[in-house]
Amino acid sequence: MSALLTAVDLHARYGWTRVLHGVSFAVEEGGITTILGANGAGKTTTLRAVSGMVTTEGAVHFAGKRIDGRSPESLVRAGIAHAPEGRGTFVGLNVEENLRLGAYARRDRTRGGGDFERVYQYFPILRERRRQMAGTLSGGEQQMLAIARALMLRPRLLLLDEPSLGLAPLIVREIFCIVRAINREEGVSVLLVEQNAAIALELADHAYVLETGRVVLAGPPAILKQDDAVRRSYLGY
Amino acid sequence: MDIFLQQVVSGLATGGIYASLALALVMIYQATDVVNFAQGEMAMFSTYLAWTMLNAGLPYWVAFAATLVVAFVGGLVIERVVIRPVENAPVLAVVIVCVGLLVILNSVAGWIYSYIQKPFPSPFPEKPIKFGNVVFGAHDLGAIGITLLVLLFLYVFFRHTTLGLCMRAAAQNPMSSRLCGVRVGWMLAIGWGLAALVGSVAGMMVAPIVFLDPNMMAGILIYAFASATLGGFTSPGGAVVGGLLVGVIENLVGTYVRFIGTELKLTVALAIILIVLVVKPSGLFGRAIVRRV
Repeated sequence: MSALLTAVDLHARYGWTRVLHGVSFAVEEGGITTILGANGAGKTTTLRAVSGMVTTEGAVHFAGKRIDGRSPESLVRAGIAHAPEGRGTFVGLNVEENLRLGAYARRDRTRGGGDFERVYQYFPILRERRRQMAGTLSGGEQQMLAIARALMLRPRLLLLDEPSLGLAPLIVREIFCIVRAINREEGVSVLLVEQNAAIALELADHAYVLETGRVVLAGPPAILKQDDAVRRSYLGY
Repeated sequence: MDIFLQQVVSGLATGGIYASLALALVMIYQATDVVNFAQGEMAMFSTYLAWTMLNAGLPYWVAFAATLVVAFVGGLVIERVVIRPVENAPVLAVVIVCVGLLVILNSVAGWIYSYIQKPFPSPFPEKPIKFGNVVFGAHDLGAIGITLLVLLFLYVFFRHTTLGLCMRAAAQNPMSSRLCGVRVGWMLAIGWGLAALVGSVAGMMVAPIVFLDPNMMAGILIYAFASATLGGFTSPGGAVVGGLLVGVIENLVGTYVRFIGTELKLTVALAIILIVLVVKPSGLFGRAIVRRV
C-alpha cells in the first residue's frame, strides 16, 4: 500500500495560540486511519489543515501533489471531502438539497442522479426524510447526512471529524459500520478523528495518538490497544 | 363603496412599487444578512442610466434590458469593492458603509444630473382601464405585473437552479459551503448584483409616477422597509404581499382617518414597522428557523 496523503511537520496556530507543534502522519490508499486525542489535542485543526481551512506551516501531499496552502474550494475539487466538526448541516435546506450541494464540486457535470440512490442505500433514513428541512433531523441523522453529503462528491479521501460526538452508542455503532462498508465497497480512504478510542481502534487500520499538538504514539490498532498509557487514558481499563 | 374600491386599487398600484424594492432588500438580506440602506439610491442611479439611454434614442425595452445588465454588474462591483472589505466586520460597520454608499450615490447623481425633476416614460399605454366605476391606471397594472414576473423569476432561480441553491447555502453556512466547493465570496457578489437588478426594475417602474430626481427613492425606501418587515425579511413572496398590503393600508388610512390625510402618510409606514416588530417580529410569512439540537 502507498500513502494517499502525507503530512510532515505541520504547525498551526489561531492568533497567538499554537495548536499543532510538528504533526506528521500518513493515510494509506484505501485504508482507514484514525487520529485519537482528548479535547483540545489538535485533532480538528489537523483535519482543517488537510482541507485548507487553516493556514499551516509544513508540507502536505495528496496523491503525489503538494496541497498545503491551497483553498478548501480547490481541494474539494481534487477529491477531498470533509464532514466537519458540528456536522456542517445546512439547516434551512432540505435533505436532498444538502446532498445536491455535496455533489456540486464534481468534475463530471452529471451532478449525481444515480448518486442519490447510492447514498440512500447506505442511509435509507435519509431517503424517507429527503423533503424534510435538515435542521429538523436528529443528531444521528444529521451526522449521517454529513457523511452522505461528503460521499456525493465521490471523494478519494474522506475526512471525518468526531462522527460519534453527542450520539447514543447504538447509533455510533451503526454509523461506524456504514463507514466501514463505504471504505470497503467504494475504496474511499478515510481519515477519522475521534475521542471515542475504543470504537475508532476497532475500525482503523492505522492509528495515531495526538496530545497537545504532538503525535505521541503511532501504530496498528492491535499494538496500541496493548499500550498501557492508551488503555488508561483512552480506553478506560 | 366606489371610493373605497378605488382607494384599494390605487393602493395596490403604489404597493406594487414598494413590493419590488422590498424584494431587492429581502434578497440581499437573505443572501448576505445585510440590510442594504443604499438599495433605494442604487435603484435611483440605475434609473438615471436608463434615462440617459432613452435620451440617446434607444427604444424603451432595449434600454430597460441594458439597465438590468448594467445594474447587475454595478451591484456586483459594489459588493466586491465596497462591501467585501467589511465582510467580517460587525454588522454596524456594514450598515455605516451602506449609509455612506447612499449619500455618495445620491450626491453623484445630483452632481451629474442636477436635482431638477425629470419626466420618465412609462412603457404602458396612458389610457386608463375601467371596470365599472373603478379606474385602473395601465401603468399601475403593468408595474404590478412586472413585479410579479420578477418574483416568479427569482422563485424559479432560487428553487430550481444550482446557482440559486449555492447562494442559499452560502448565506446559511459559509464554512460548510466552502467545504462543498462553493465560492462563497462570489455568491454574495451575485446576490448584490441580483438585488441591484431587481431594484433597478423598481426604479424604472416608480419614476413615471414620482418623476426622476436623486431623492425620489427616499420615502419609498421606508415603505419598502415596512413591506419587508410586514411580509417577513426571510420571505421574497412575503415582501411582495407586504408591499401590496402597505400600499393599500397607507391609502385607506390616508382617506378615512381625518387627521392623517396625505401629510402624515409616511408615519403609517413607520407605525407598521413598529407594530410588526412588537407583535410578530418574523413578519407574516417569515420563518424563524427551527432546529433541533
